[in-house]
Amino acid sequence: MEREEDQVGAMAQMSKSLKYVAGAIAASLPASAAFAAWELNMTVGVTELSRDIHGLHMLIFWICVLIAVAVFGMMIYSLVKFRHSRGAVAATFDHSTKAEIIWTIIPCAILVGMAIPAAETLIKIEDTRDSQLSIKVTGYQWKWQYEYLDKNVRFFSTLNREHDRARQLKSGVDPFSVPNYLLEVDRPLVVPVGAKVRVLLTSSDVIHAWWVPAFGMKKDAIPGFVNEMWFRADKPGTYRGQCAELCGRDHGFMPVVVEVKPQAEFDAWLQEQQQAGAPAAASAAAAVTVESAAATVAKAE
Amino acid sequence: MSTAHTHSAPHTTGHAHDAHDHHGPEKGWKRWVFATNHKDIGTMYMLFSLLMFFIGGSMAMIIRAELFQPGLQLVDPQFFNSMTTMHALIMIFGAVMPAFVGLANWMIPLQVGAPDMALPRMNNFSFWILPFAFSLLLATLFVPGGAPAGGWTMYPPLSQQNGTSFPMLIFAVHLMGASSIMGAINVVVTIMNMRAPGMSLLKMPLFVWTWLITAYLLVAVMPVLAGAVTMLLTDHYFGTTFFEAAGGGDPVMFQHIFWFFGHPEVYIMILPAFGIVSEIIPTFSRKPLFGYDAMVYATASIAFLSFIVWAHHMFTVGMPLAGQMFFMLATMLISVPTGVKVFNWTATMFKGSISFEPPMLFALSFLFLFTIGGFSGLMLAIVPADFQYHDTYFVVAHFHYVLVPGAVFAIMAGVYYWLPKWTGHMYSIKLAKVHFWVSTIFVNVLFFPQHFLGLAGMPRRIPDYSTQFADWNMVSSIGAFGFGLSQLLFAYIVISAIRGGVKASDKVWDSGTPQGLEWTLSSPPPYHSFELPPEVK
Repeated sequence: MEREEDQVGAMAQMSKSLKYVAGAIAASLPASAAFAAWELNMTVGVTELSRDIHGLHMLIFWICVLIAVAVFGMMIYSLVKFRHSRGAVAATFDHSTKAEIIWTIIPCAILVGMAIPAAETLIKIEDTRDSQLSIKVTGYQWKWQYEYLDKNVRFFSTLNREHDRARQLKSGVDPFSVPNYLLEVDRPLVVPVGAKVRVLLTSSDVIHAWWVPAFGMKKDAIPGFVNEMWFRADKPGTYRGQCAELCGRDHGFMPVVVEVKPQAEFDAWLQEQQQAGAPAAASAAAAVTVESAAATVAKAE
Repeated sequence: MSTAHTHSAPHTTGHAHDAHDHHGPEKGWKRWVFATNHKDIGTMYMLFSLLMFFIGGSMAMIIRAELFQPGLQLVDPQFFNSMTTMHALIMIFGAVMPAFVGLANWMIPLQVGAPDMALPRMNNFSFWILPFAFSLLLATLFVPGGAPAGGWTMYPPLSQQNGTSFPMLIFAVHLMGASSIMGAINVVVTIMNMRAPGMSLLKMPLFVWTWLITAYLLVAVMPVLAGAVTMLLTDHYFGTTFFEAAGGGDPVMFQHIFWFFGHPEVYIMILPAFGIVSEIIPTFSRKPLFGYDAMVYATASIAFLSFIVWAHHMFTVGMPLAGQMFFMLATMLISVPTGVKVFNWTATMFKGSISFEPPMLFALSFLFLFTIGGFSGLMLAIVPADFQYHDTYFVVAHFHYVLVPGAVFAIMAGVYYWLPKWTGHMYSIKLAKVHFWVSTIFVNVLFFPQHFLGLAGMPRRIPDYSTQFADWNMVSSIGAFGFGLSQLLFAYIVISAIRGGVKASDKVWDSGTPQGLEWTLSSPPPYHSFELPPEVK
């Protein structure tokens, strides 16, 4: 009897601790879902191109999985079946022209099957015609400048100050206490939903790369060059990315944040910027001059 | 690593050798400094490579420690960038390439039935350049402005922002290139002129074949790298503007030139690995290599294709559509000869009689994990998908899969295969198997989650990251610490075998079917391997 009671007690305790564990998991679930922790795969984006690219990625992935099942299956079968320790006697053949021709031709056919959809998507990606809005993106060490061409709106977008404080060496700030840690800026890029936006990329110093995963594309911003890419976001929202090409000390700290707004809201926002912008744009230009002068001085030192 | 090695330790005076009637090694330090013997030079190359493996590995540990959790805890971002840059340079030029040159030095004369390498003094020179090159490179850690931090690819204009380290880096790269070219010339001349009578080209062991092709790649592309970094140097100091847009130059041109070197370089680091694995799998499957001729042709095709795929490293720089298509198709094509190799290795094991000695275990790990790296390589070739993968951890995972469980595991397989031949001592099989299991498990814990991180959107070469990447980074870092620690076991096993142990037989792997001239010699082989050329039928 006593032992039974002990057991019951132990079980009650166990179920208690199980409950605690379950509670902890449940409590962490929404948080981890929000932060997409333990993410395993590329997420589907919000543009046609990103969905095409995701589809292509999954297609190639599954083809690779099929090939892997066949090849690894054959390897594992051989390793299990033809073991010296189980008395396997080795055959003596050392080639088979037929087999070799087969496993040269089949992969070629698979490659053609991959290349066709890839080429189709690529052609679509390269078609930057008929855009409704052109934005020039200039990379700086370590911030982005956005210029709405022919709209007289231009501004810099820098890592949010609070985030900048948190990311200092031994800052003592827990990154988990800062929402969207390192992926928040002072002034996001704003674009209208459903519009084909052409992005013109260049740089004022070293090579950067502008990337928003949800839009599916990244491209380098190179001094002396103007690169082109486009996206059309289907859903309003805030989309985050960052510089993808090593650009020096603070490469990890130049995020890209894009707010996709309904057309009317975008128009209102643009107008507001234009009204506030006339003097602001001038001072921004002056700031650039001062900054590049400072950079020259720093370089000379 | 011959037995004489251990005898040199108690030696104190230099005037012991008076008579010149024998061809034994010099005594003391002179044996190593003035070395002309292929075995001594091979040993030095490999020990140097092991040292660099640990130095480059320590840098990787710093990188993974900083990335263990979000926030900056340990190092400044600039130093972090130095670590990624130096880790790559040291692992590529200091660990992997010298290890293969060391293996070539040891094994090519043994496998083609020659007494030594064809150009022994140049051999000495090509090795002794390396300690100077890497002292120079490592010294940059202590100069104002710190070590190079612009990435091992040295893309301008960023690489021009390095401080005092810049000319040191350029000169170190020049020295490494000169060393590689000399090593390669030696390999070509040895293979072309010193094969035993009867050993036609298509009777050469595959390790010799893959090294012959690798040597041609080295001779072809190392001067290209030298040219590229020289242009960086003149841009910096002599007012040229090859790569400076402001002076009419083109920063993208550097990338084209660099990757014209860089892609063949990738195969320089993997073709000899193919050769090693092609030696080991037949031995422990007790069955001849399947499709020898196809293996040779596949190696040659891969080498040829390596010259016309370079731009797949730079799809995001903005190329014409036709250019992107061409480089995508050419890159995809590489999977055909690579596939032939994997299928042939599998067919070699099929209906064999397989046993699992340490060299075979590492070769099998190579086979599985290199193939995974091949799959992610195929995915990266698809240009539209590459626009997402490029410069993310997916790429980091890909090239570490082909370089660590690829090239490095093949080197370890080769060391476990030939170490008893070199030293005359069998190492502890039990410890080697432990080393195999911990390495294979931790290498996957280390690199597999990096695929997930890249796909989830984490860029490479960043010292700190957003919190949604925290979990897999922690797993990856744990794998890194485990993998790093397990390699101390490798060093212990190798050093113990050099110092002594159970006597190895001439054939070493008596239960298997090792083929090749190296197994006809004693273990360890005589100082001048084949004084009389053996006959090959």
